[in-house]
Amino acid sequence: MIHFDKVSKIYLDNSIALEDISFSIEPKEFVSIVGHSGAGKTTLLKMFLGEELPTKGKIYYESIDISTLKKSQINDFRRKIGVVFQDFRLIPDKNVYENIAFAMEASGRTDEEIEADVPHVLGLVDLERKMWNFPHELSGGEKQRVSIARAIVNQPDVVIADEPTGNLDPLNTYDIVQILKKINDLGTTVVLTTHNKGVIDSLKKRVLTMENGKIIRDDKEGKYVI
Amino acid sequence: MLWIKIKRIVHAGFYSFWRNGFVSLSSILVMVVTLFVIGSTIFSGAILGSTLNQIKDKVDINVYFVTTAPEEEILSIKTSLEQLPEIAPPVVYVTREEVLADFKNRHQNDEFTLQALDELGENPLGATLNIKAKDPSQYESIVSFFGLKGSECSSLESKFSIIDKVNYCQNKDAIDRLTNIINSANRLGFILTIFLIVISILITFNTLRLVIYMSRDEISVMRLVGASTNYIRGPFFVAGAIYGFISAIITLILFYPITIWLGNTTENFFVGLNIFHYYTSNFGEIFLIIVCSGVAIGSISSFLATRKYLKV
Repeated sequence: MIHFDKVSKIYLDNSIALEDISFSIEPKEFVSIVGHSGAGKTTLLKMFLGEELPTKGKIYYESIDISTLKKSQINDFRRKIGVVFQDFRLIPDKNVYENIAFAMEASGRTDEEIEADVPHVLGLVDLERKMWNFPHELSGGEKQRVSIARAIVNQPDVVIADEPTGNLDPLNTYDIVQILKKINDLGTTVVLTTHNKGVIDSLKKRVLTMENGKIIRDDKEGKYVI
Repeated sequence: MLWIKIKRIVHAGFYSFWRNGFVSLSSILVMVVTLFVIGSTIFSGAILGSTLNQIKDKVDINVYFVTTAPEEEILSIKTSLEQLPEIAPPVVYVTREEVLADFKNRHQNDEFTLQALDELGENPLGATLNIKAKDPSQYESIVSFFGLKGSECSSLESKFSIIDKVNYCQNKDAIDRLTNIINSANRLGFILTIFLIVISILITFNTLRLVIYMSRDEISVMRLVGASTNYIRGPFFVAGAIYGFISAIITLILFYPITIWLGNTTENFFVGLNIFHYYTSNFGEIFLIIVCSGVAIGSISSFLATRKYLKV
C-alpha cells in the first residue's frame, strides 16, 4: 500500500535527514515509527504527505509515485489520508463541529453528509457534548480527540499520527491510543510516530526504529528499544 | 457544487471576520486611514482644480481694433475665432461706445483725462474682442490666428489691417508663468497623490499580511486536509473585502462632519469652492471610488498575502 524505495533527503546545507530508506506498509497495518528527536520520523511523514520531495528514491502510495503528483492531484491524494499532529492544529476561530466539517467541505461533501457524519464521528471520540465549543475551551486530550475525529471523518485509507500523545498526560495518552487502535480495527491503516515507550510496548504491533535518518530495526511485534 | 463552494467560502469569510473581532477592528482602522488619504486626495484635487480654473478664468487677451474698423468685419473675425477649438466661447465683442463708457467710468475721478477726451471731440478708442482660451498654454496658437509674426513680440504685425494691436505681448510673461505654475501644481499634485496612495496601500497590505501570518498554521492544516488553494484563500479574500467595505463606510461617514467643518474655510480661502457642497453634490462618485478602493485593496491584499503560506 505504502512503499518507500531507497529514499534519501539531503537539505541544502548538506544535512542528511533520511538516508536510503526502504520499507513497505500493508493495508490495515498498524505501524509505529520510533526514534530520538532528529532521527527523521517527521521528515518521513512529510514526504509521504507530499510536503517535501525526496532528494533520491521514490515513495509510492498504491501504484502512484507521490513525488510526481501535481498540486491539484496532491490535494486529492491528501483527502485519502487523515493526519493527527502533536500540537493538534485545530482552526482556532472554528468550533469543534466546524473544524471537522471543514475537512469534509474540502473533500466536496454535501451539507447533508456533513450534518450526518460530524455528530457521528464525534460520538466515536466521545465528544458530542463539546460540539459547539471552540478549541480554546477544550483540554489537551479533547483537542487531540477532535483532531482524530477530523482525521477519520472522510474515512481515509491511512491515518498518520505524528506524536499524537506528545502533549498529553498518561490518561489521555491511553485514550488516544485506544481510539487509534479502534480505527485500525475498523480497517484503516495507521502510521504512528512516538517517543512514548509505554505506548509502543502496550500496542504489540509492528515497530520501525530510526536513528540518524536510517531504519535500524523493523520488528513485527516490536518494543521500544533504543 | 460551485455554488455550494462559493456559499461556504462567503460564510467562512463572514464568520472569520466576526470571530476575530479585535484583529478585524485594527485592520479596519488601518484601512480607514488609507481610504481617508484617498478621499483627501480627491478633495484636494477638486480644490486645486477649482482654484486653477478660477485663475485661468482671469487670464485673457484683448484684440484692439482701429477706430475705423467696420463692425461687420469685426463680427466676422469674432465668428471665425469662435470656430477655433482652443477658444472657450463666447468671444466678447465690446463696441467703441462701450469701450468709451468703460474708459470714462474707470477715469471718473480723473478730471484731466476726461477733459482731454472731451477736447478731442470724437471717440479715439477702437472696439475690442475679449478672448479666453480653454487652457493658458493655447494663447500662443490663438495669437497665430491673427498672423502675428515672431514670438518675441518685437515685430508683431497682423495680417488683418483693421487690428491695431493684440495685448498678448504685454500678458505673455504673466501667461507663461501662470502656465508653468499650473503645470507644476498639477504634476506635483499627481506625484503626491500617487505617493500617498502607494504608501497607504503598502501599510494596509502589511497589516493584512500580519493578520494572515497569524493564520499560517491554520492555512497549512487546511492544505493537509486536502483543501484546494482557492478554497483556502476564499474566506481571507471575503474577509478582506468586508474590511474594505466597512472601512469605506466609516471613511464616508467621517468625511461628512469634516467637510461641514472645512466648508466655509475652503470657500473663503480657495476662491469659492465649498468642500461640503462638493462632497454632497459628488457623493455618488466619491462613494463608488472609496468603496471600490476599499474592497479592492482589502481583497487583493489578502489574496496576495495568503500566497506565501499556500506553498505547502
